[in-house]
Amino acid sequence: MFQSEYHSDLFGRLTLSAIPYSNPIIMGAVGFSAFLGILILGWITQQGKWGYLWKEWFTSVDHKRIGVMYIVLAVIMMLRGFSDAIMMRLQQAYAEGAGQGFLPPEHYNQIFSAHGTIMIIFVAMPFFIGLMNFAVPLQIGARDVAFPFLNSVSFWLTAASAMLVMISLAVGDFSQAGWTGYPPLSENQFSPGPGVDYWIWSLQLGGIGTLLTGINFFVTILKMRAPGMSLMKMPVFTWTILVTTVLIMLSFPVLTATLFLLTLDRYLDMHFFTAGMGGNQMLFTNLFWIWGHPEVYIVILPAFGIYSEVVSTFSHKRLFGYTSMVYATIAIAVLSFVVWLHHFFTMGAGADVNAFFGIATMIIAVPTGVKIFNWLFTMYRGRIEFTTPMLWTLGFIVTFTLGGMTGVLLAVPGADYMLHNSEFLVAHFHNMLIPGALFGYFAGYSYWFPKMFGFRLDEKWGRRAFWSWLVGFYLAFMPLYALGFMGMPRRLFHYDNPIWQPYLLVALAGTSLIAFGIFCQGAQLVASIRNRASLRDTTGDVWDGHSLEWSTASPPPFYNFAKTPRVDTLDAFAHMKEHGIPYRSGAPFSAIHMPRNSWIGVAMGAFTFTFGFAMVWHIWWMAVTSILAMLVLIVMRANDKNVDYMLSAEEVARVENDIVCATPPATGGLANLDPITQG
Amino acid sequence: MKKLWLTLMLLFLFPGLGFACEGDCGNSPWAVLDPKGPIAMDTKHLILTAFGLMLIVVIPVIIMTFAFAWKYRASNNKAIYTPKWDYSHKVELVIWTVPAIIVVILSVLVWNSTHELTPEKPLASAVKPMVVEVVAMDWKWLFIYPEQGVATVNRLVIPTGTPITFHITSDSVMNSFFIPRLGSQIYAMAGMQTRLNLLASTAGTYRGLSTQFSGAGFSGMHFEVEAATPQKFQDWLKDTKNGNLALDNARFKDLEAPSEAEKPLYFSSVQPELFQSILKKYAPDDRQHQMPASHKSRPPPVQAQK
Repeated sequence: MFQSEYHSDLFGRLTLSAIPYSNPIIMGAVGFSAFLGILILGWITQQGKWGYLWKEWFTSVDHKRIGVMYIVLAVIMMLRGFSDAIMMRLQQAYAEGAGQGFLPPEHYNQIFSAHGTIMIIFVAMPFFIGLMNFAVPLQIGARDVAFPFLNSVSFWLTAASAMLVMISLAVGDFSQAGWTGYPPLSENQFSPGPGVDYWIWSLQLGGIGTLLTGINFFVTILKMRAPGMSLMKMPVFTWTILVTTVLIMLSFPVLTATLFLLTLDRYLDMHFFTAGMGGNQMLFTNLFWIWGHPEVYIVILPAFGIYSEVVSTFSHKRLFGYTSMVYATIAIAVLSFVVWLHHFFTMGAGADVNAFFGIATMIIAVPTGVKIFNWLFTMYRGRIEFTTPMLWTLGFIVTFTLGGMTGVLLAVPGADYMLHNSEFLVAHFHNMLIPGALFGYFAGYSYWFPKMFGFRLDEKWGRRAFWSWLVGFYLAFMPLYALGFMGMPRRLFHYDNPIWQPYLLVALAGTSLIAFGIFCQGAQLVASIRNRASLRDTTGDVWDGHSLEWSTASPPPFYNFAKTPRVDTLDAFAHMKEHGIPYRSGAPFSAIHMPRNSWIGVAMGAFTFTFGFAMVWHIWWMAVTSILAMLVLIVMRANDKNVDYMLSAEEVARVENDIVCATPPATGGLANLDPITQG
Repeated sequence: MKKLWLTLMLLFLFPGLGFACEGDCGNSPWAVLDPKGPIAMDTKHLILTAFGLMLIVVIPVIIMTFAFAWKYRASNNKAIYTPKWDYSHKVELVIWTVPAIIVVILSVLVWNSTHELTPEKPLASAVKPMVVEVVAMDWKWLFIYPEQGVATVNRLVIPTGTPITFHITSDSVMNSFFIPRLGSQIYAMAGMQTRLNLLASTAGTYRGLSTQFSGAGFSGMHFEVEAATPQKFQDWLKDTKNGNLALDNARFKDLEAPSEAEKPLYFSSVQPELFQSILKKYAPDDRQHQMPASHKSRPPPVQAQK
């Protein structure tokens, strides 16, 4: 579409023809998004909330606020990624034989490339990063993360990259080379337009944001735990996040470097991965998956942490085999770095190499299996309450086990020679990522929601959402397993085999049911906000929790803990309640050192966006200006002496007093009053 | 409309009812589980064995999930409740060792089967193997028969009972060469040569395809495989040689232009060393992708031939 050699100094290769006027589906999507956007912006203006949003949210360095913003971003992007999914299913359901479906190949190819990129990078990542932002500092008894300003920068880098993906809908196009962007297909020779560049820069800039977050939380967890909380007394969710941050720090630089090499190929005619001229496409495939495989565990380990919290809380029992869980998590993380080649057994590496990576992959099944059994033995002899988070967890255990089985099958190189790149593979990784990761995030969302906002989510709509997602998932992906055995490859936009069609129609029905599940989640949020008075959590400990976040008020004050808690055991808060140790102690309070909000994070995000956009369209003056502006911002921030303040003891006393007035007296054992835990 | 849904439902339940099936007629729709050669047969057994072994863990997990969730539901006051029970030596021992033992067994299976089924391994057979050179192009497959001096596009004819050694490369982006009913797939990459050894034991028409996404024409990048008895294969060869289409430089240039869903073409002669010249186009010197010399006696699987 964009093969013209046109280049102007002012607009680079951007011309009016970059806007796909002629494609009614894209223009419809753009129009709809714009309409929604205007509606929301208009509503904010009408409510006069801009000042509030700017002061309290956008410029906030409070980890709880940043966490919520990450989750909002993930949800918005999920709607986009899911629309892509529906379109793919519609296309495949009807593009048989004489039927051509409703999408031309160049649009279909963009859709599946965008779907993968968005769901991994802009849904899974921000969703768990949001949850960890919110929960980790509270769980370890800290007042914020180690680098609160950096946290804000990370968020705005991620948001800017997500914007870059969204703008590609209206200006230009997105990559047609798949979310993995294998060269030589992603090189200039085969993909000359801006699509691949949008993919590169959104991954690259978002990846830097993620790396910074990884460093931030690694330091936070190691250096800011409450006194007495040794590593083996940390809540298990915090443990999984610690291990995840190590994975992020070790793997994301590989992505950065790989994308940079591809950038050099595309922008400066170098030949790292080209076909010919000394390029080696196999190098990219290896490097991509050296990042890509740990990335799978980066999105799944936090979900494992959430399941552990949820199973223990709603079985009203201690987590079974805590030590085992910790070592299993570490084992999975270490092994995740020696299995990347299983993504391309069919490249011809030879039997020894393939067998090594096949066996290494299967070894991961051992610690993963141990985790599943530990969850089951946590339920054993418990008192299980089937709340929404627990339902997500049970659905996960059963479905994920099936996915694990198909995963081990794919890890057998001989079997993979037949199933590689097929719909079986598509079914397998969705089986890992939807019940594995996403169900966990949903469980975490309903588990911590009362802590975030002070009221519970509606259970009825929650159950409806769960069942729609679960049944929808089976309908949508079990037929794909079957299609894999029928030899249907992935990424087809058209096929001529009528036998496949009924399976694809069932898959479409499943996806529609998932759409209803998403609707239920929307309805749940609306219903919960409406009935917030009756769903109000006044205790701060709505589920009879085990870890420190439940010792604070819901929502917690902006400084989290008026006094830093002292930790003696694992499940610190359960211990306090049991032994009647007062956990929200009264006066005297002392002054608290707090970080100040900063607009510089937002500005960094804005210039990141203009930089990415300028690079995509070769608008060099704008790219250079954006870089300079960011440098200026960094220098300004470095010289800013006014980045923190002391919250006086009187002010702390006043805030604490307000909380106490709003809630019954907070002492040990209070949670027993809660209607939910009474069953 | 009602009839359509009924047909679709029947098809879903009994896909064997299939009608018009584009080069795959009379075969079971479960291509991967319907072997027509020894490699696909071994793979099918491998898949079923691995599947069975895993069920040893998977079935108990699923049963335990439902059983525990039901038995220890909050409303069941009769069930034992031990809120502080969080460790058991015996349980830990079992949950680490049982999966570990299964993985050890699977590992032996993996090691052996991977060496047995590795695509570059020649098949044991009394019949002399036949070489077919395969070139993935935008968006079609070129098959060169170097020993016979003919070539085809989008249609592969092979004699049954004869081991076929495929030499595979790409004249464009990465593709993956796959004939589900015969077995293993392998990537086709420019400047490099991968090898795949297959054998068709049953005569018939099967479907071959690319599984690696290769751009706009990817969906049409499939071909028909005709496994013919040796006699019929010789007849076909004679007919093809009597054709009047030659694959020379000019014709090859035409072929290189991207095109989608090409009808089969048959070439009565091929310019000599065409496959090598396609390889060399992308790997101008032999320092490229050379495997270490110590790599056993087998020809390296990935190497540009000078």
